[in-house]
Amino acid sequence: MCGIVGLFMKTERFQPVLGELTASMLHEMRDRGPDSAGFAIYDQGRADTTRITVLAEGQRPDWSRIGADLEAALGAGVSVRPIRDHAVLETAGDGGRARQWLIDNFPDLDVLSYGSQIEIYKEVGDPDLVAINYDLRSRSGTHALAHTRMATESAVTTNGSHPFATGADTCLVHNGSLSNYNWLRTRLERQGEIFQTENDSEVAAGYLAWRLREGDNLKEALERALVALDGFFTFAIGIKDGFAILRDPIACKPAIVAETDDWVAMSSEYRAITHLPDSEHAALWEPAPGVIYTWTRAA
Amino acid sequence: MSGRHPVTTIDLAEVSLRELNQTLHRAQHGSFRVLNPRGAHAVACGIDSDIRVEIDGSVGYYCAGMHQKGSVYVDGNASTGLAENIMSGIVRITGSATMSAGASGGGGLVVIEGNAGARCGISMKGVDIVVGGNVGHMSAFMAQAGNLVVLGDAGAYLGDSLYEANLYVRGAVESLGADAVRKEIRPEHVQTLSNLLEEAGMEADPADFHRYGSARNLYNFHIDDVDAELAGITS
Repeated sequence: MCGIVGLFMKTERFQPVLGELTASMLHEMRDRGPDSAGFAIYDQGRADTTRITVLAEGQRPDWSRIGADLEAALGAGVSVRPIRDHAVLETAGDGGRARQWLIDNFPDLDVLSYGSQIEIYKEVGDPDLVAINYDLRSRSGTHALAHTRMATESAVTTNGSHPFATGADTCLVHNGSLSNYNWLRTRLERQGEIFQTENDSEVAAGYLAWRLREGDNLKEALERALVALDGFFTFAIGIKDGFAILRDPIACKPAIVAETDDWVAMSSEYRAITHLPDSEHAALWEPAPGVIYTWTRAA
Repeated sequence: MSGRHPVTTIDLAEVSLRELNQTLHRAQHGSFRVLNPRGAHAVACGIDSDIRVEIDGSVGYYCAGMHQKGSVYVDGNASTGLAENIMSGIVRITGSATMSAGASGGGGLVVIEGNAGARCGISMKGVDIVVGGNVGHMSAFMAQAGNLVVLGDAGAYLGDSLYEANLYVRGAVESLGADAVRKEIRPEHVQTLSNLLEEAGMEADPADFHRYGSARNLYNFHIDDVDAELAGITS
């Protein structure tokens, strides 16, 4: 199974309560995925600062030493904010380089995300506790994705939990299972993508990151993904200023979309949408199979 | 609303889904109104008596699943598996249904005033389904008996690998599935269609519909045809 939700604010009206609303959606999807949960939250951030969310699963590493080493490697200041077994590193240096350096030099760490606006948190256990542990409800922001996992393709570990991100400010949550991901991972590694898990969904995230880096816009990248990815999928996808939904052409994995003037929300099930403000007046539809839906915020 | 019995109102904001369904299972007659379903799963499942249930709002998966005898009306939308395995009685919704509405239904009538999603009527075994809008892809997949009436359009692979069900579509069919073909509408089909449209309270002219059914060319029919011919059964 697995439950996914996404909430994209079209206006500023509900941005202060993005985390609260996302947590209530996540709560409704608990019984679709009690193994683990995760969420990505996008806020305004600062264009000159990259945040890197790092996981040290079950460990308490010396974050200040890791920060200092990264600082030396990047030649730019790095600040460190630990949260349980996660830490958010902030730097004016190059985020992509920072990700690669951390993966090369600290193989025990997982780099969950990097970018000027995104942070990702994930943990094994009750999705409601994950939201509490990483203080989802207090967060404001522009859009968020969240996932509750019932593992099928890889082990119940934190690093097998969603969302997955390999490129700047780009992440996805996935309900389904891909069948050609090993082959695709090898191909993407030849293109320079770096993967940190055995998970099929990370390969889909890597594919999108690669296409966006090659210059595709979100819609173009997803058009190619429909051809390249074989398997079952309902994806919710976040980029810096946009949000997308894509289902495979058979569309076995559920999805519902609701949209008002202020927000668009997607979820595996309708009940996750009922708590959103004005949801009773929202336009409601089931995304069609193999059709790309995108929303972008005017700059 | 039926005037013969007082209406019992059950608010899902106050009682559990299990309490609601147990109340409905114990009732032998009467009318019930269900408030605040809020997308809950399995609302009014397993009804097996001549009761009337009105649900005020949208429901989740398997609403009115395994339904017999009574009637369930949903003022809203329904998620996956509306009226799956219905055997008799009526299930009607004012909005749209997502995947697999009426799946495996063995009898009764399902009316969806809006659209139905993918695989509407999959493996239907005698149920009649009337959809006011469109149906999604792979509808009536492996349908065995019954009628699917679509006032709008049908998505891709309509009637893939179907057996003996009749599919009536007023609008466009994106594509037909394996072994599904368009068939002649004879007077008995017009009669069936008229009756179903009337029962469903849908305004439409039977003359505007096309009928689709099985070409009976798949492997299983090569064996079954022998018996069918002996029995004098023709299409």
